[in-house]
Amino acid sequence: MKIVVCIKQVPDAKNVRIDPNTHTLVRQGVESIINPFDLFAVEAALRLKDRHGAHVTAVTMGPPQAEEALRDVLGRGVDDAVLLSDRAFAGADTWATATALAAAIRKIGDVSLIFCGKQAIDGDTAQVGPELATILDIPYATFVKELDLDGPDHLKVVRRTDEGTEIWRLPMPALITVLREVGDPRVPSLKHKMRAKKASIPVWGIRDVGLEEDRVGLSGSYTQVVRVFSPPRRSDRVMLQGSVEEQVEQLYRYLKEAKVPGL
Amino acid sequence: MNYFLSEEQKMIQELAEQIAREKVRPVRAQLDEAEEFPTELMEILAQSDLFGVYIPEEYGGLGGGILENCLAVEQLARACIGVATSFAASGLGAYPILLYGSEEQKAAYLPDIAAGRRLAAFAVTESGAGSDVTAIKTTAVKDGDHYILNGTKQWITNGGEADIYSVLAVTDKTKGPRGASFFIVEKGDPGFSFGKKEKKLGIRASATRELVFQDCRIPKERLIAKEGMGFIIAMKTFDKSRPGIGALGVGLAQGALDIAVEYARKRIQFGKPIISFQAVQHKLADMATKTEAARALIYCAARHMDTNPPDASKVAAMCKVFASDVAMEVTTEAVQILGGYGYMRDYPVEKMFRDAKILQIYEGTNEIQRNIIGQELNKEYGRIKETFF
Repeated sequence: MKIVVCIKQVPDAKNVRIDPNTHTLVRQGVESIINPFDLFAVEAALRLKDRHGAHVTAVTMGPPQAEEALRDVLGRGVDDAVLLSDRAFAGADTWATATALAAAIRKIGDVSLIFCGKQAIDGDTAQVGPELATILDIPYATFVKELDLDGPDHLKVVRRTDEGTEIWRLPMPALITVLREVGDPRVPSLKHKMRAKKASIPVWGIRDVGLEEDRVGLSGSYTQVVRVFSPPRRSDRVMLQGSVEEQVEQLYRYLKEAKVPGL
Repeated sequence: MNYFLSEEQKMIQELAEQIAREKVRPVRAQLDEAEEFPTELMEILAQSDLFGVYIPEEYGGLGGGILENCLAVEQLARACIGVATSFAASGLGAYPILLYGSEEQKAAYLPDIAAGRRLAAFAVTESGAGSDVTAIKTTAVKDGDHYILNGTKQWITNGGEADIYSVLAVTDKTKGPRGASFFIVEKGDPGFSFGKKEKKLGIRASATRELVFQDCRIPKERLIAKEGMGFIIAMKTFDKSRPGIGALGVGLAQGALDIAVEYARKRIQFGKPIISFQAVQHKLADMATKTEAARALIYCAARHMDTNPPDASKVAAMCKVFASDVAMEVTTEAVQILGGYGYMRDYPVEKMFRDAKILQIYEGTNEIQRNIIGQELNKEYGRIKETFF
């Protein structure tokens, strides 16, 4: 069984600033880390591998230095890695990113499962996973907190949603995006780290994955960031205090004064 | 400072540092408070391959030596020497097998120890035999294809948690120091049980228990080397393990220095960070100098020890005594620099100060180490014919 884990290098959120003039993230001089949610995706894949055996490939799209992120996960036990790197990929929105990842996964071929983190901590869109599944035309489940194989062709997952917990059974190939509940990322091992240091990581450009310029990067993007800003803080919040009964009483009075229909 | 470590050695250091930072540091206060053995951390360390750094590749290790082990131990100690002691004690338990075990014994035990699947422990101390190792009372009597052990070992690190125990017992009372032998005893052997878990001043994450042998019957193949080799094996084991105690001291001192400097830079008194006062600067300067000196000694000595030199006992004792004294001094000063905060359990130096004391006591008190160094000097200079006057 082949599993692909999609990972992303992001600026370390602890050190990020926003440029007051351009309203974009200042990335220069900020250390890069692996998107923390993607490490949970790696862990989920490795746990499935521990239980059932699998070949796990990590894929990332990014500048040449994104190779660091791939070597890190190779050190944790991922079997091999692919770096998608090409000037033409630059400026990609989530759709153009998913397009590139989908092309790479098609090239890898015969992939049963694709794991992504639930979202990246820089863009916070949570879109690449679902878009990738859409492009590949396979079923997907987001916000997965537990998973295991269910028979030879299915994956059983537990999703956490706003409404509660859902249990789904997905025919494979399938894609999931995972939550931290899948398990704490393991630390590297010396043997894997030594292998990772020597591993050759193929770098695929747009030609290698059979894409044209107009489908990737900025030109393949449907969206463009016009402005990034901190939302104004709403000041009309009222904190209710006291016992539950007192709070209900206060809320009722408040809603009534606000002339909410029905009260 | 650049210690000219190889790529592989740097990798060991880096990985141990990562585990210390990500996994050990966040839980050290809780483990200390609850006096809880770090089973989960031992599993993480097992997964990381660090248990095998000093074990030959043919037994599943990484084929490194004392230096590799010291590098791992130092980084773990920077976060918590309770955890680092539990880790290092497995190596201490493994050394008698590694140094003197038969091919069968090595093949049976070392791969599990290297992989961290089973922890080891080293059992010499008894209630009446601390510094005076020759006073041990535990006996092993041969009975056909078996040995029968009787007696009680005291204060055994990893006691109850380890699966494999290297145990020193008297096989022939009449032969004095040549009448003791080492045996491998496994958890679950008939007649082998554990006493209560000791309550300690420091390294409270580590488990310290009595080992009780009541007609404990083990196959005769569990004897390490030959009868009567016991004390030689113990001494050779200490030669290998004492630089590791030094590494625990260096790591602990570094951990305390890290906190003291960071605190001194942030703490404002009289309108200035306290690091701007010379009284504080001088303390920090001495702490940093001593820590670096201890590290230089340990790394250099560990490399030297990997060549099996004739002065191993002296150098091993120097590592242990110097670095443990440095750890005690540096942690004491760290508490002083943090002042009232340093005395509170909310800040980590209080624990580091409590933890440091054991380094001057276990694996041979520092007084015994100085005896060894003194005796070795006497022998060394006795062999020299010329005069230096």
